Amino acid sequence: MMTVGVLSVGLSAPGLPSWAEGAAVLRGERPYQPATLAAYAPVLLPANERRRATAAVRQAFRAGEEAIAGRDASALATVFASSDGDLNILNRICGALTSPGHVVSPTDFHNSVHNAAAGYWGIATGARAPSTTLAGYDGSFALGLLEAATQVVSERHPVLLVAFDVPAPEPIALQRTHADSASCALWLQPPDARDNTATLELGLTDAPETDCADEPLERARRGNPALRALPLLLLLARAQPGRVVLPMAGGRRLAVALRG
Amino acid sequence: MKPLRLAAMTATSALGHGLAAQRAALEQGRSGLSQTPFEHCDLPCWTGAVEGLDVPLTGTWAAWDCRNNRLSERALDQDGFRAAVAASAQRHGADRVGVFVGTSTSGMLSTEHAYRAIDPGTGRLPADYDYRTTHNPHAAAEFVRLQLGLQGPALAICTACSSSAKVFAAAYRALDAGWCDAAVVGGIDSLCLTTLYGFHSLQLIADDICRPADVHRKGISIGEAAGFALLERGARSGDLALLGYGESSDAYHMSAPDPDGRGAQLAMRDALERAGLHAADIGYVNLHGTATPANDASEDRAVMRVFGAQTPCSSTKGYTGHTLGAAGIVEAVIAALAVEHGFLPASITTREKDPAIEGNIVLQPQRATIRAALSNSFGFGGNNASLILGRAA
Repeated sequence: MMTVGVLSVGLSAPGLPSWAEGAAVLRGERPYQPATLAAYAPVLLPANERRRATAAVRQAFRAGEEAIAGRDASALATVFASSDGDLNILNRICGALTSPGHVVSPTDFHNSVHNAAAGYWGIATGARAPSTTLAGYDGSFALGLLEAATQVVSERHPVLLVAFDVPAPEPIALQRTHADSASCALWLQPPDARDNTATLELGLTDAPETDCADEPLERARRGNPALRALPLLLLLARAQPGRVVLPMAGGRRLAVALRG
Repeated sequence: MKPLRLAAMTATSALGHGLAAQRAALEQGRSGLSQTPFEHCDLPCWTGAVEGLDVPLTGTWAAWDCRNNRLSERALDQDGFRAAVAASAQRHGADRVGVFVGTSTSGMLSTEHAYRAIDPGTGRLPADYDYRTTHNPHAAAEFVRLQLGLQGPALAICTACSSSAKVFAAAYRALDAGWCDAAVVGGIDSLCLTTLYGFHSLQLIADDICRPADVHRKGISIGEAAGFALLERGARSGDLALLGYGESSDAYHMSAPDPDGRGAQLAMRDALERAGLHAADIGYVNLHGTATPANDASEDRAVMRVFGAQTPCSSTKGYTGHTLGAAGIVEAVIAALAVEHGFLPASITTREKDPAIEGNIVLQPQRATIRAALSNSFGFGGNNASLILGRAA
């Protein structure tokens, strides 16, 4: 069992374009109307990096920048979690490798690493703090939350968790389908920090994963690994004590309780 | 921090299969690199290919068949590793042994093959291609978990070339926080055209064999490898153990190191502090030492600031090539072997040391008594990790 505090949240998904707006939807105060997200230019990135940032990097920044808004993130450790990184880039590279000359774009290559978003984030915030990027297929959010919370407990430092995935292009989209781009972020810190807005208790379980009772939200939850967080985000939006079970990829699942 | 016992370890690289093969090559100063082309790669370069990866996985594992998982399976079969994990799972429970695997490209090669076999009529990838079990980076961790019959969480850490050094830090924290009682850590990366042509596009691949710290160094030689270690609590005095880890970010550039190595210094100092050791306690530094002009200069600056010009250091990339996401575990194993068997691996492909490099680069294999060794792993995105392996006090 691990206990961590939540300082702030970020969210970006169709119909849930920010935590500020999305939380109102999740509380049932506004209708859920999924519409494709408007384009987003990361605020913190220098112009050169902003130009080179991929769709996946932009999607990660979208939730990450909301979670740190107005706060100093220059010493903040990070955990980025994504199933697939950016398959658009890998699609281009694989295409180039089947063409004569095998000419791979150097920018594509450095953007192809799974930790590209974390690299851009470090440049944007100037943070030399540790940064981990992990992959967990459909369990990416819960595995990221597990790693981030473990850091908070073991290292006693705050951690920004950012989970994100973006749709793949054809032909690989037939193998790996994400309905839409989505990301969410949690700024976690030790439970005794005075500015926590919520407290989470985490443990491993074999209980079945929690789904969303609302059918359109359930479709969103299943449509992107980052939105496997929705049952937890529902509790956080409603400030409603309760317990949800989130999928990891294989092995056991993660139980997360919002303390009353 | 409390040391974690290295209850078992193994590695496979271009040097051969298992610990004995790695050690023999290191002590004899024999490189595993060759100019044999990988697939239809037409770049003039050297690679560190692992032999014996042509046999497909069959039966239950057929769905997981790819070069990366074949390499992983070969490594798990060696040095009593499976038996040690089975005993650990018996003792603690299969759900109390965590899996922490680093990879950079996982089974990327399978996707490259699939793209070459796209149906020209439908534009579809071939029916026998399975992204989830081959290329998806989590496949590398899930395959290891399933192979070992474990039921705890399986994390794939993908921070490019620091991936399988970072797994030690994640495993230490998981044991510290209490959600597992033992940890399988490791890393696997296999050759593919993406990394060969990708590093070439950045002008980071040498047409010569890689020559770390050499005045004429031109860049990296890419290798492939797999390695694993089983970490347990309760290290007793004299046990080989993980003594410390340090992590940092450069916050500088996506693919070039900070010339002053500030992030690298932070990682090394963090590792020393956790281990409760002084720089003088470290008998050997296994450098990241990729043999690019920028990496070796930047790392040397950082090593000089932390250790000065006395501490023996070397890059072992001249033996194995740069094994990318597997470099962390392979070089942790090499550092542990150096401590266990009392030798300093030489930087064998260095012919003329760069006068601008001030560190004490080991140029001939030597015997030495080492209590603790530090290994550096730095990755794209400016991601740094340093590990200290040695004898528990």
